[in-house]
Amino acid sequence: MRHLLSIADLSKADAISILDTATELARVSDGAVKKLPTLRGRTIVNLFAEDSTRTRISFEAAAKRLSADVINFSAKGSSLSKGESLKDTAMTLQAMGADAVVIRHSASGAAQRLADNQWMSGSVVNAGDGTHEHPSQALLDAFTIRKHLGMGSADLSGLSVAIVGDVLHSRVARSNVLLLSLLGAKVTLVAPPTLLPLGIDSWPAEVSYDFDAVIPHVDVVMMLRVQQERMTDLFFPNAREYSRYFGLNAERMSSMKPGAIVMHPGPMNRGLEISAEVADSARSVITEQVTNGVSVRMAILYVLLAGGALEAGSN
Amino acid sequence: MSVALSAQDISRALTRISHEILEKNQGASNLVLLGIPTRGAHLATRISEIIQSIEGTEVATGTLDITLFRDDLRLRPPRAIMPTKIPTSGIEGKDVVLIDDVLFSGRTVRSALDALGEIGRPQTVQLAALVDRGHRELPIKADFVGKNLPTSKNQTVKVLLAEIDGRDEVSIEEEAK
Repeated sequence: MRHLLSIADLSKADAISILDTATELARVSDGAVKKLPTLRGRTIVNLFAEDSTRTRISFEAAAKRLSADVINFSAKGSSLSKGESLKDTAMTLQAMGADAVVIRHSASGAAQRLADNQWMSGSVVNAGDGTHEHPSQALLDAFTIRKHLGMGSADLSGLSVAIVGDVLHSRVARSNVLLLSLLGAKVTLVAPPTLLPLGIDSWPAEVSYDFDAVIPHVDVVMMLRVQQERMTDLFFPNAREYSRYFGLNAERMSSMKPGAIVMHPGPMNRGLEISAEVADSARSVITEQVTNGVSVRMAILYVLLAGGALEAGSN
Repeated sequence: MSVALSAQDISRALTRISHEILEKNQGASNLVLLGIPTRGAHLATRISEIIQSIEGTEVATGTLDITLFRDDLRLRPPRAIMPTKIPTSGIEGKDVVLIDDVLFSGRTVRSALDALGEIGRPQTVQLAALVDRGHRELPIKADFVGKNLPTSKNQTVKVLLAEIDGRDEVSIEEEAK
């Protein structure tokens, strides 16, 4: 594997091997010395053309724990804000000798474009492209679910997951539907019809408009952020109505199965899709998702970069 | 292909190595056996059982994966990371015996020393190998050897163990892949 662009490129065995690698690497993060020499001398560029806290810090921590050198590069304060094209930016990175580029971009397909053109020889990791995919988030979500509810099995068969909220704008939902169903889980999307994308019938998931009917039957409730910055249209009448039908509050949470967990990819709109009470409850694994994110991203960098140099033609 | 060690030879070699480990360390009380996955880990379990039957006390045994510490990661396709299990007593101040199936270039052992350094500071580190086939690329020497097998560089030494391969055997094959 050279790039991580989309969950659709992964086989079930690939996905499980990344999760297993992450399990071993998580032990390193628990140890006294949180550093491994594995990627010493490699350079990883974080190219973030769109704002991000969690993902960028997580990739940076992951790269540093594997002893790689990290260069952070964000749109603000770089020539991207002067209108430099992706191609010119990529060629600059190539000239600086980047072994991998972690890219976050507001345009769907940006990572694919970077990987397909021969602008640079390094690996490309998609850290979120527009409303398309966010594969590392899906992998860390699957890792968290497997850790809590997997009961020692390698995949997620037998589990059922509800993904609730703004599916239309959510790259997290897209990647998660693909990955969770690949791993054998049953996925139900819950959203108002206006927030479901066209062609939803072809997704490997069921669709429901009734959150209350779905919630007692699932093992995982994954809430999605209402992405107001991407909303160019009026998708629901007002925030209070959205919250009443599709928000997760303490009352709804009380009808969940015993042992079922609540997830959110962050950043949360407390009070809109999730109430503060739920976010801070014992069922919530939201901060643990962040912790697991580092291990999973270490696994991704390991799989892509350890041994990748010869294949990529450098060195 | 020629058979270098039969199942019986392997069993005798492991018994001898176990006695040698006990002799050198004056008992099993301060010992920690760490096998290097995959086959080294099974050998460590076997040696641990033999020592237990000799001494009557249990000896701390674990595994040490060295994949993340290899210096040839760039040169090979990525390998799966195997579990590292350090006994709860830790390795601080202990006499650690690293156990591997074949000692060749010595690079695995170098990586293992690095990996150990991340975990703690043992009193001594010793090395046991079922087969020493020579061609060292680093100044590393085994303390306990099952059998010295003189080989040429284009031969491969193949170790089969009952736990994984269904039977015990060490053989030499011509033409490295």
